[in-house]
Amino acid sequence: MRYIPNTSEDRQAMLNSLGYEKIEDLFQDIPEQVRKAAVFDVGQGMSEYELKKHVRALAEKNQTVDQCISFMGAGAYDHFIPSFVDQLLLRSEFYTAYTPYQPEISQGTLQAIFEYQSLICELTGMDASNASVYDGATATAEAANMAVAATRRNKILYSKGLHPEYAQTLKTYCWSQGFEVEEVDLEQGITSAGQAEEKLNKKDAACLIVQYPNFYGCVEDLEELAKKVQAQKALLIAVVTEPVALGILKSPGELGADIVAGEAQGFGNHIAFGGPYLGFLAANEKQIRRLPGRIVGKTRDVDGKVGYVLTLQAREQHIRREKASSNICSNQALCALAATMTMSALGKEGLREMAETNLQKAHYAYRQLTSLPQVKAVYPGQAFFNEFVIELPKPAGEVIEELRKEGIWPGVNLSVICEDLNKCLLVCVTELRTKDEIDRLAERLGGVL
Amino acid sequence: MREPLIFEISKKGRKGCYLPPCDVPTQKVGEMIPEKYLRDKKAELPEVSEIDVVRHFTKLSTYNHGVDTGFYPLGSCTMKYNPKINEELSRLTGFARLHPYQPEETAQGALELMYTLQKDLCQVAGMDKVSLQPAAGAHGELAGIMVIKAYHEKRGDLKRNKVIVPDSAHGTNPATANMAGFKTIEIASNARGEVDLEALARALDDTTAALMLTNPNTLGLFESQILEIAEMVHKAGGLLYYDGANINAVMGYARPGDMGFDVVHFNLHKTMGTPHGGGGPGSGPIGVKKRLAEFLPVPTVEKADDGSFYLNYDMPDSIGKVKAFYGNFLVMVKAYCYIKALGTDGLKEASEVAVLNANYLMENLKKTYHLPYDRICKHEFVINSKNLKPYGVHTLDIAKRLLDFGYHPPTVYFPLIVEEALMIEPTETESRETLDDFIAIMEKIHQEAIDNKELVVNAPYNTVVRRLDEVSAARNPIIRWKKDE
Repeated sequence: MRYIPNTSEDRQAMLNSLGYEKIEDLFQDIPEQVRKAAVFDVGQGMSEYELKKHVRALAEKNQTVDQCISFMGAGAYDHFIPSFVDQLLLRSEFYTAYTPYQPEISQGTLQAIFEYQSLICELTGMDASNASVYDGATATAEAANMAVAATRRNKILYSKGLHPEYAQTLKTYCWSQGFEVEEVDLEQGITSAGQAEEKLNKKDAACLIVQYPNFYGCVEDLEELAKKVQAQKALLIAVVTEPVALGILKSPGELGADIVAGEAQGFGNHIAFGGPYLGFLAANEKQIRRLPGRIVGKTRDVDGKVGYVLTLQAREQHIRREKASSNICSNQALCALAATMTMSALGKEGLREMAETNLQKAHYAYRQLTSLPQVKAVYPGQAFFNEFVIELPKPAGEVIEELRKEGIWPGVNLSVICEDLNKCLLVCVTELRTKDEIDRLAERLGGVL
Repeated sequence: MREPLIFEISKKGRKGCYLPPCDVPTQKVGEMIPEKYLRDKKAELPEVSEIDVVRHFTKLSTYNHGVDTGFYPLGSCTMKYNPKINEELSRLTGFARLHPYQPEETAQGALELMYTLQKDLCQVAGMDKVSLQPAAGAHGELAGIMVIKAYHEKRGDLKRNKVIVPDSAHGTNPATANMAGFKTIEIASNARGEVDLEALARALDDTTAALMLTNPNTLGLFESQILEIAEMVHKAGGLLYYDGANINAVMGYARPGDMGFDVVHFNLHKTMGTPHGGGGPGSGPIGVKKRLAEFLPVPTVEKADDGSFYLNYDMPDSIGKVKAFYGNFLVMVKAYCYIKALGTDGLKEASEVAVLNANYLMENLKKTYHLPYDRICKHEFVINSKNLKPYGVHTLDIAKRLLDFGYHPPTVYFPLIVEEALMIEPTETESRETLDDFIAIMEKIHQEAIDNKELVVNAPYNTVVRRLDEVSAARNPIIRWKKDE
């Protein structure tokens, strides 16, 4: 009976009204062999109280970032989320609705998406944004797809500074479509402009994908790269995994990016063991009709009142079927709503303040850590926002293990990503870390080295 | 008055967010970041106070219709009740406050939950191995078709470049096949609304990579010849892909694995009661038979001999990753809670009542509306408004008129093979009274269409906006707010 209102009397009466005796009569169209085999076991149902106890026990087996001092980022950023955000996400008119197919009764979702698109355009400096996609990694893959369609070339260049999981996702998508993928190396932590130019000069690349700031924290010179890319009629795709950085850094649009893809989890969405997050995808005017996924537009109703609708649907799978720009048919609406509410609450000044606090705290941490004699800055002199790489005298895994016992998660171990970084740690400092916590990290790190 | 855009209520100096202080010794910004990288103009975010934001979004929420607002018989979408306990439990800090790269030893509860969910989904679908990584149904389809591609490639069977889909298929099926580099072959359905075996036989050859099928199909009809279909496809060297959008119809009565399917995706946001969120986040795990397990996305969650759980990246033939990290974890928590609450018997019962409710609606609605395929349906069915055409009333008009009575309309104009289609899926979480009320309103609208066409074709009247001009929205797209406007 769980969540089912019809009583057994209701059900019998309904069956009888249809001329059936028992419920199994409604499944006679399934071959007997299939029906007989369809036995499964997921255990006995639990009462609500039992379920609560059981699931709480599972949650308690985990250690949260609140139970330690965390300096972990690498594509999942722990930023302040105002309390009202989650309370509003629980307005069931938002979370129990489907995709806004019937605009007259979906104006809440539609207007919120329109505001989201506007905020993403402001942040990235682009003309158009879609309603969001699954995450930053798939946004990157979709952006590459757009570049192939726009240039009719099918080689994708990406910088080694792209988040490794994004690069893996990109490679999977490209393999399945038969696109070529080539990596451009880093020089002192940023994309090698020389190597990029060399590869671009072959005139067969659809795009160059560069993360900004990149996976290792360094701020890339997008402007210089944009010139080299566009000289060869390819597109520059900027990828942003830490959107808070755009509160202080020049927007990729201003620096010449054609498409900006990225992850907006940092606004209002918990790190949540990796998901759900939301990918954003924004482009300049020329690429609007190549954007995949949902897009909301402003219009008027028969009485002349302003309203919002899903628009430019001729790009999409339910109309174009195999000729669609992508197979995506949803967005991360609720995550986008959380991001919209958080960006609105931060506002023009708050975003700048948040970005500056990240910058100051990360640079303070950098100074404290690299002043330890055993710790080396890996990319000295490169500009960074709230993440940086340090090298330790011993394997990072051992150091993490030792500090963990003291309640400190000092950063992400880069050895699992790259063998030549085996003693390296990617340290992230957001506005949530205090001076005392940073000092404690420096002190304890000094203690275990 | 309609709520303005958040930008339109902005006032200089207002703030809705109170950040932790900057308590470290500071440096000049220009010393940390070279001037050429610094914004000289702040992004035009709105300046609003906390109460402004809260009232704004509260107001917007009242412009929406959700499952909690009223009946939502949107075919193919399984708009069942979303249990509140699942919302509460997915918000536990022990789940929401975990970093994806934290050491596995510190996330054992999360990994155990994922491991059990993988196992349970295998049970429900009769599959051998599940990956939880895909973020949505269409994403699962893409991952699943990639697995099929990798399988053929590994065997050196490189000429298999075609995917067959019936003409009743979801639009995502052909779009997915195309995105995975395949050519799509569409085959017509037969008079019973099922796959036409002769058309299938003609389409099958040594270039067939797979057949993509939904069963029950989008007409809500069970493909009764499914075992023959599976045999034909396998004999030709192809694989069978199961679009799991409609599993809510058959839990405990038919498992894709037993029907001969090799790959299946689940829509946890349909079958397992997780909310749709106004378009997402969903979750679209895929399940496969043993011979395809090695191709699944990395990582899968495994259990070690000592009983601990870990992420397994050691899969050399994996297609790789289809997104960052491990999937929409918090959605998985809700689906896990749902499965554990219902248990084996509860899931079966959910399908039974979903099918009963659909047949009850169908039998009653066919008294007024035309039912093109008149036989037992599963969890949904398709009627049409053909007999109202002489009165100048179309399916769209009926859908819009339903809005005035507080209903979300059915899916309209899909599947494409039924003219003026209305695709109706009541789900198991609706009472007989709700169904009876809906039938009465559908009959009333039918009569209105005959007696008073204008009333119906100009509907709706009671909504926050009325029919919107979608044509000019697409022709002259305004898709963002700009400061000067």
